[in-house]
Amino acid sequence: MNPASAALRALRRVALPVGLVTCLATSAFAVDTHPGPDSDKQFFPIASYRVGPYASAGVQIWAAMIDYLRYVNEVEGGINGVKIVWQECETEWTADKGIECYERQKHGLNGAPVAIYLPNGAPAAYALTDRAAQDKIPLITLAYGRTEATDGRVFPYIFPVILTFYSEASALVNYIAEREGGLDKLKGKKIATVYHDSAYGRETLEPLELLAKTYGFENIQIPVADPGNEQSSQWRQVREAKPDWVFLRTWGVSTPVAIKTAVRFGFPADRIIGDVWASSEEDVLPAGEAAKGYLALTPYPAGASFDIHQRLKKAIIDTGKSDLRDTSTFGSVYYNSGLTDALIFVEAVRIAQKKFGNRPITGTEGQWALEHLKLDNARLKENGFYGLVQELQLTPADHEGGGAARVQQWDGTKWTPVSDWVQADRALLRPLIDAKSAAYAKEKGITPRDLSQDLSKQQ
Amino acid sequence: MSHVLSQTARLAPTVLPERRFGLRLPLLLLLAFVAVPLLGSDYWLGAILVPFLVLSLAGLGLNLLTGYAGQTSLGSGGFMAVGAFATFGFVVHGGVPLPLAVLFAGLVTAGAGLLFGLPSDRIKGFYLMVSSLAAQFFFEWLFQKFPWFYNYGSSGTITLPRLEAFGYDIGTAVGRYYVTLTVVVLLTWIAVNLVRSQTGRSWMAVRDMDTAAAVIGIRVYRSKVLAFAVSSFYLGVAGALWAFLYLGSASVQSFGISRSFQILFIIIIGGMGSIAGNFIGAAFISLLPLAIDHLAQAFFAGHVDAGLLQNIQKALFGVLIIGFLIKEPDGLARLFRTLGERLSSWPLRF
Repeated sequence: MNPASAALRALRRVALPVGLVTCLATSAFAVDTHPGPDSDKQFFPIASYRVGPYASAGVQIWAAMIDYLRYVNEVEGGINGVKIVWQECETEWTADKGIECYERQKHGLNGAPVAIYLPNGAPAAYALTDRAAQDKIPLITLAYGRTEATDGRVFPYIFPVILTFYSEASALVNYIAEREGGLDKLKGKKIATVYHDSAYGRETLEPLELLAKTYGFENIQIPVADPGNEQSSQWRQVREAKPDWVFLRTWGVSTPVAIKTAVRFGFPADRIIGDVWASSEEDVLPAGEAAKGYLALTPYPAGASFDIHQRLKKAIIDTGKSDLRDTSTFGSVYYNSGLTDALIFVEAVRIAQKKFGNRPITGTEGQWALEHLKLDNARLKENGFYGLVQELQLTPADHEGGGAARVQQWDGTKWTPVSDWVQADRALLRPLIDAKSAAYAKEKGITPRDLSQDLSKQQ
Repeated sequence: MSHVLSQTARLAPTVLPERRFGLRLPLLLLLAFVAVPLLGSDYWLGAILVPFLVLSLAGLGLNLLTGYAGQTSLGSGGFMAVGAFATFGFVVHGGVPLPLAVLFAGLVTAGAGLLFGLPSDRIKGFYLMVSSLAAQFFFEWLFQKFPWFYNYGSSGTITLPRLEAFGYDIGTAVGRYYVTLTVVVLLTWIAVNLVRSQTGRSWMAVRDMDTAAAVIGIRVYRSKVLAFAVSSFYLGVAGALWAFLYLGSASVQSFGISRSFQILFIIIIGGMGSIAGNFIGAAFISLLPLAIDHLAQAFFAGHVDAGLLQNIQKALFGVLIIGFLIKEPDGLARLFRTLGERLSSWPLRF
């Protein structure tokens, strides 16, 4: 035994228990904000990706967030007088860098606290699930992430607001029923789902199975292996099955390839309905002419004619203060998704201020506000998001709130909304979600919150 | 006196290399085990040092194979995935406690590595590297395709119920740091002794010229396959640590081909056939971009377009890699050693 390793052993004997004791003593508290001169401001961390394969979509999202925050600061004078500060951190859409960014930003910026954190990417969102609960910082995962996190009893700090993949499947079926003339007309129809063979793509298998059983349509599932740049065999299968509608749940390069291949095999584009992640300009432009007539579900439709866009154009775009380098993407699907993210943050802070006072909001207060978030049409008309964002009401048990999508159609150059909000049948799907969250709670050894007690304390 | 000693050493090359660490190693360990946890914040421990240590360990694993035994591989990410998913499997399906599960997972990965090392009998160099890509893509496909591996969860990610070792909660930043550090120190110590043993000498003989090695009686094929197994054991443990002590929850995306390249770059930049080189290379790969980012945020944020700033950082990092490799093709470990030797010989000569 050499002296070095003997010393090492002795050290380990002493240091390990010391370290463990200190860490046990500190683990029970919410994360604190490091003091600084900006303690009268609210911090909005932006975990962005400006390099890597998704950068072209990302730049529009961050620009929208920054534009809206700048608008709130300059035109509305902040959130009830509390100015917002923001800082970016590059995640490259990966889990490891996403964690580094979260750890870097969770203590606030120069004294301005974090109310809500947006992981902006599924890998980081999954990896942060436990950390966020430990630090008592709520996470918003808009239109991605765990569906079962809707159950606020098991996931108190995760908020898959507006639309989960389950609701998306149900909204799709309801939209098709609308087109066919009623839910009773679905009997005997064929709906094929062409999906990316990944966790994201497989997420709708269960809800569609239940919906098919409930309404009597034939449910055909066709997987596409990643990356999906060759799909002849899948669309040959589609042609043989002769479905009435195709639900396209691809993403990235597999979306334009799917549309092009569908048309090559004689399946009309206006019978294909894309999902949230197959509904942007970047998804259809590479498909060219073939994409004309293609339909897509989205919780944040494209367009620059909503009221908020008029306001932003006047105050931010036309004055040259926008973060967009290419202002032709103003009002794109990704830009509007960024606006939606930023809106939820600002409105949650506003609701928290109503209870806790007009000051910067911390993570625990942000969590309370999200669980009591309410956005009705009157409020949406006031802040200019009417038509772009649906009515939302979250509760401690329900972290999704909305569950509706609009359908938009591609005409070769731009998207046009072709439906109003199509509501999902969330009550029908909730038992599936409850079963999954219960399984998660069991696997992780979590005792679900007792909300009857919680509610009386908070009112 | 020392002059006479070195003369004898030159005449009789069978003398073992003198121990290079005097007080430096105990000091380093004292720093890592006592000073760093006392001074470092949670951000430093949990988000910077833990990934740095795990990447060093992964580099060490690949270095045993590539740097010492001369077998190239691009399957490191795949083997790390095996370690992570096997640990999860042992804990969730088998109810094995965490430390034991990691050990078993390492052994499972060693078996997988042995299997993918079998072609090394007939294939060499770049061709072997390409065949190791098969391991990478096979494991990515395997852990995505069969839901049993992630316990039928909807997201395809794996996460452990509770981080616990010997009854202690190790879920906090300090706890995770200590566990990672202990494992890395232990495995590094084993690796140091391994490469100085007969096994390590056989590996190096095979690396330098396998025909000559065979002539002097080394069983070449056995050495190669053993190197694959040992290397994969290290990578498997590193994968488990990466998944559960750093990320907290992982999916196959965490162990993609880019991870394999990252680990390969660590050993190229740090130094092939060097133990310390793995730590230096991992520091270069994981800490330098952070340092650049913090500096860029402090000086340029708000003045330069954010996208441009990120891309400039990437370019700067690339230029630094090229610069260092031109200056010292044998890696940073060699560069530091030369520097140390220059500084220790008096009078200083440059």
